Amino acid sequence: MELYVEIKKNLPGFVLDVKFEGSKERIALLGASGSGKTMTLRCVAGLVKPDEGKIIVNGKTFFDSKKGINIKPKHRKVGFLFQNYALFPHLTVKDNIAFGIRGLSDQERNLRISNLLERFGLTGLENRYPRLISGGQQQRTALARTIAAEPDIILLDEPFSALDEHLRSYMAREMLEILKEFGGTTLFVTHNIEEAYRMCEKIAVLYSGELHVFGSKKDVFENPQTSEAARITGCKNIVEAVRVDDGYIEIPSWGIKLKTDSKVKAEKGFYGVRANHIRLSNGNNSGNVFKARIVGNIETQFRQTVYLKFVEATNGNSNYHIQWEVSKDIWDQISKEQGLINIRLPQDKMYFEK
Amino acid sequence: MKSSACATLITLVFGVAAAWFVAAYSKKTKGLIDSILTLPMVLPPTVAGFFLLLILGKNGIIGGFLKKFDITIIFSWVAIVIAASVVSFPLMYRTVRAAFEQIDSNILDAARILGANEFKLLFKVAIPLAWPGIAAGTILSFARSLGEFGATLMVAGNIPGKTQTIPVAIFFATESGEMDKAYLWVALIFVISLIVMILMNYWSGFQARLLFHPRGKL
Repeated sequence: MELYVEIKKNLPGFVLDVKFEGSKERIALLGASGSGKTMTLRCVAGLVKPDEGKIIVNGKTFFDSKKGINIKPKHRKVGFLFQNYALFPHLTVKDNIAFGIRGLSDQERNLRISNLLERFGLTGLENRYPRLISGGQQQRTALARTIAAEPDIILLDEPFSALDEHLRSYMAREMLEILKEFGGTTLFVTHNIEEAYRMCEKIAVLYSGELHVFGSKKDVFENPQTSEAARITGCKNIVEAVRVDDGYIEIPSWGIKLKTDSKVKAEKGFYGVRANHIRLSNGNNSGNVFKARIVGNIETQFRQTVYLKFVEATNGNSNYHIQWEVSKDIWDQISKEQGLINIRLPQDKMYFEK
Repeated sequence: MKSSACATLITLVFGVAAAWFVAAYSKKTKGLIDSILTLPMVLPPTVAGFFLLLILGKNGIIGGFLKKFDITIIFSWVAIVIAASVVSFPLMYRTVRAAFEQIDSNILDAARILGANEFKLLFKVAIPLAWPGIAAGTILSFARSLGEFGATLMVAGNIPGKTQTIPVAIFFATESGEMDKAYLWVALIFVISLIVMILMNYWSGFQARLLFHPRGKL
């Protein structure tokens, strides 16, 4: 086991309590701001001391509250990429990269630096100061500086948040290559679902200091375990639901009853449906088909977001009940139907006890 | 003049060390340590001089010890330097501490994670980044030690050619009605102060440009 993290930390108004393990793979820590994901990262790096717990990386115990072990950051051999890169402004690109290289002869050191400069596309910039280079180049420098120190684990703290949209996807691809080459464990902190999915093999969803779900990215998206995890992984429609019997739930605010495949256990819970899992139905009244009225729509570059209200609902407080992502083709089709359509909700997933 | 330069140097070393220690390490005791280190600035210089006299005097802790080796500090040139250092210390300390505290903590963390020991952290990262602040502190404490009067008079007295500093000389010249002499000293200190200030300002500006200006090249 390459990574074992168990952290408990009490802060004013916030309790961080997470536990997960991993192997040589890329793990995303996904959560909203204030969910404790960066705090977790800082604990692994040794910048923050947990109250209780155990952190083991590559068989090396970084922290163990029971045994009283707490290795200093400088001895942990972790690579940490800061959100703002934290380059040394008074050092050149080359000196920044050289900063973490230990115990090498001048010749070997220079060779490693020039290799890194080349690999990160920084050749020609080695004598520039960080302020003189672009955001993408700054990030490459920071990553090169991290890799140069030959870390056992790489920790990335929202690495793309300071880049613009275009550069972001480009840098993400580049970084993925480098992380694959690195081959060790990587922890990737982000609030962006797409980034997490694109960059990582496993996803851990954090919500207010608690780990809600941890697993392969596919599992996490298909079965988020809790309504909060569903919301964080991008589920747009989450609503309170009540158990009717083993196979049915009722959603009072939508005025509908739903059939579900999984056995309904809890009396009360939540139902969630992803905006792209809803299907248009031709109207035969079998399983989970409901009449809904189109109350609004927003056009995005490639798709249409449609807002619907269930016809059978009695309370009229909310602007809309459900949000639906459709292709432009389907939108062209349904926009002709005077606002009243039939939709089918999936019955295989998304009922949560909390 | 020479004493001021010496005093500034001493203050620089101790001020930076103390500032780093307080900025980087102390947490709970910060308020207390900070107050003690700033005390010489708040106290009247004569009080600071009084304390120094107690410590360095023949019956004081340090003075008594040195007496065994036949060394007296009081009423010597060394006393001037010590008095000026003690009084100018808080200015250096406070300015430098503020400069250290303004450094992005991520940068210091990055250095630690990259394996820097405390020595490397201080000399390769913190001091270069706090340089403008350190330069400002140096100017302020030089100015303070140049103008030091009260504490100096208490511990070093006024022995012409030996422990007579310019401010003290001005005071006694004016007191005894020797206005010509006073004018001369005033003009001298005025010119010295001005030149030093101008030089220091240019120098620190140059340094800052070297480090932080977008087009700066070494």
